[in-house]
Amino acid sequence: MRIEELLAQKKTAIIDKWFDVVADTYPADTAGFIKRQKDPFSNPVGGTTQKGLTGLMDELLGEMNHDKIDSFLDPIIRIRAVQDFTPSKATSFIFSLKKLVRNQLNKSDFNEYRILAELSELDLKIDLIGLMAFDIYMKCREKIYQIKANEEKNRTFSAFERAGLIKELPDSGPELA
Amino acid sequence: MSGPKPKELIEKIDYNPPQKGWMDVPVKIRKGMYCYASNPKSVEYVHLPHARPWNPLEEDWKLPDNWKEIVHNAFRERLDRFRSFKVFMDICVRCGACADKCHFFIGTGDPKNMPVLRAELLRSVYRNDFTTAGKILGKVAGARELTLDVLKEWWYYFFQCTECRRCSVFCPYGIDTAEITIMAREIFNLLGLNIDWIATPIANCYRTGNHLGIQPHAFKEMIEFFVDDIEEKTGVKVEPSFNKKGADILFVTPSGDVFADPGTYTAMGYLMLFHYLKEQGLNVTWSTYASEGGNFGFFTSHEMMKRLNAKMYAEAKRLGVKWILGGECGHMWRVINQYMDTMNGPADFLEEPVSPITGTKFTNAKSTKMVHLSEFTADLIYHNKLKIDKSRNDNLIVTYHDSCNPARGMGLFDEPRYVINSVCNHFHDMPRNTIREQTFCCGSGSGLNAGEDTELRLCGGLPRANAVKHVHEKFGVNMLATICAIDRAALPPLMDYWVPGVGVTGLTEMVANALIMPGEAERTTNLRGEPLSGMEE
Repeated sequence: MRIEELLAQKKTAIIDKWFDVVADTYPADTAGFIKRQKDPFSNPVGGTTQKGLTGLMDELLGEMNHDKIDSFLDPIIRIRAVQDFTPSKATSFIFSLKKLVRNQLNKSDFNEYRILAELSELDLKIDLIGLMAFDIYMKCREKIYQIKANEEKNRTFSAFERAGLIKELPDSGPELA
Repeated sequence: MSGPKPKELIEKIDYNPPQKGWMDVPVKIRKGMYCYASNPKSVEYVHLPHARPWNPLEEDWKLPDNWKEIVHNAFRERLDRFRSFKVFMDICVRCGACADKCHFFIGTGDPKNMPVLRAELLRSVYRNDFTTAGKILGKVAGARELTLDVLKEWWYYFFQCTECRRCSVFCPYGIDTAEITIMAREIFNLLGLNIDWIATPIANCYRTGNHLGIQPHAFKEMIEFFVDDIEEKTGVKVEPSFNKKGADILFVTPSGDVFADPGTYTAMGYLMLFHYLKEQGLNVTWSTYASEGGNFGFFTSHEMMKRLNAKMYAEAKRLGVKWILGGECGHMWRVINQYMDTMNGPADFLEEPVSPITGTKFTNAKSTKMVHLSEFTADLIYHNKLKIDKSRNDNLIVTYHDSCNPARGMGLFDEPRYVINSVCNHFHDMPRNTIREQTFCCGSGSGLNAGEDTELRLCGGLPRANAVKHVHEKFGVNMLATICAIDRAALPPLMDYWVPGVGVTGLTEMVANALIMPGEAERTTNLRGEPLSGMEE
């Protein structure tokens, strides 16, 4: 059996376990809540994670479309980029998938060259998603600092403007002889 | 060479947090999650004690030597003075109904932001100091001694509560966690531990009349700047009046509307609405002294709240108006609705508010004598007193954020929606468990809308933004309307991060854009200078 077929068969079970991995990066009381509360508006972290992981799994088994991966990965990383995680903690859950997949295999499967080759191919795909997660994480952090900088800039500019200290350029400048 | 094997290295990596009881997890003050300490000058100016420079990240907070005694006495005094506080300390059965209702818990994932646990931070010391069981049994009874680390933990987490009161909606005992936060912050102020985003606006408000310290002449000039802007966009010159003795109505709004975009467009909306109604008999005046509706004293102490609020009635008395009209503000309305009447009232020199245009008696404001602009506008529209061209707002697909205080603090749910539906053709509410009395806070209320705590604000705003994202994706919503100045300042960066493509507006800005002003030129742009629907080039 090909790895991808196997994963497709056990997709729901793997996603559930993957979801638990993400939830368990939070303190126990929080993890319990994230796993238990199914309403996506009462539990945006859980809702976003569930939706994102399901989409990522489909892409891993499917076409690995860059834009689609981004659309599923971005919301999860965007949340983790503002929470109390280091960059590695924020993105670690992606690489955990390697172990989750291996746990679904029988011991004898590891003796099959074909399966090992497919596993290594899957690992590469997971790595690719991991690398994208780094990009998204950085983009989010830069956005946070941009928001801080813009708020300061706007406050200063409006204060100057309202105090009448700024003169807008007229429509036409002086003629040069 | 016998270094560690890869397997050993991998096994050492544990991304899961340690499983310890909450009392054993020490506080870690993280950058981006707290606001800077108060400027000593601001603390001194309003006569609060122990003004000094200090830094939350440093080990030594330069506390007065007898700080434990100060806390203990302040705690006792408040237990005696506020029956509600005593009851809230005693009756919680830790059922957990509130636990997952807090936007800061949901957004940060930090269990100490569960309202029950945040209160427990204080309650544990209460048990230790004031209950027999706690004194004898200690930790077994959930009691613990007040230490410097405990104080730091209090400070960190009680400044991660916006006093929005969503949790109290779900508490079967009606415990109002906001009141617990209020008490904790009162105690901090006795130790000189306020944050500057609150302390300096308070001092400015006390000295000059508003948060930024805009002086009366500058306040007037800023409004005149709007007058020019309105004329440029509508061809109508509005003529506001300032400090007019004998006016019928005093108008008070948060100063944020005057200096911070996009609130400024809402301020222009107020000016246009008042101008429009002049002919119909509205005689309203702005005050350059009571130039702040917001009241950060509310986040400091009851006394400070009273002191800052007093200027509204004082100015109303000085000018001899009949009643007060209030602009689009958040916590100002909780102060007015819940405290003003007993703090600074009775305002028996004022009259029961009656709309001079429709004759409607605002019986709900019989006692405070202060009417919310959304009620006033909804009544005007209901009586057909405004000529509206709804289609001008056709490029807006609007949703409405119930600001916590007008919603939960005074039950203002339907009037704003009625106004929006009267001036816009496209309106979609967010999911039921995120609006009205269950509304999620913007994450920046109660004095937390500073720049240095952006991560905290983004975490706290996640549940709100998540619901906006839903209507943005489902209905194409591109405008988030709200009736609070802090919302108008806090939600644009929140949208920028979580839901790009959604703008933020006040209600009166949309009303003014749709309002057909007598003698107006052809309106091609809205107040922001953007083309109106159908006027795009």
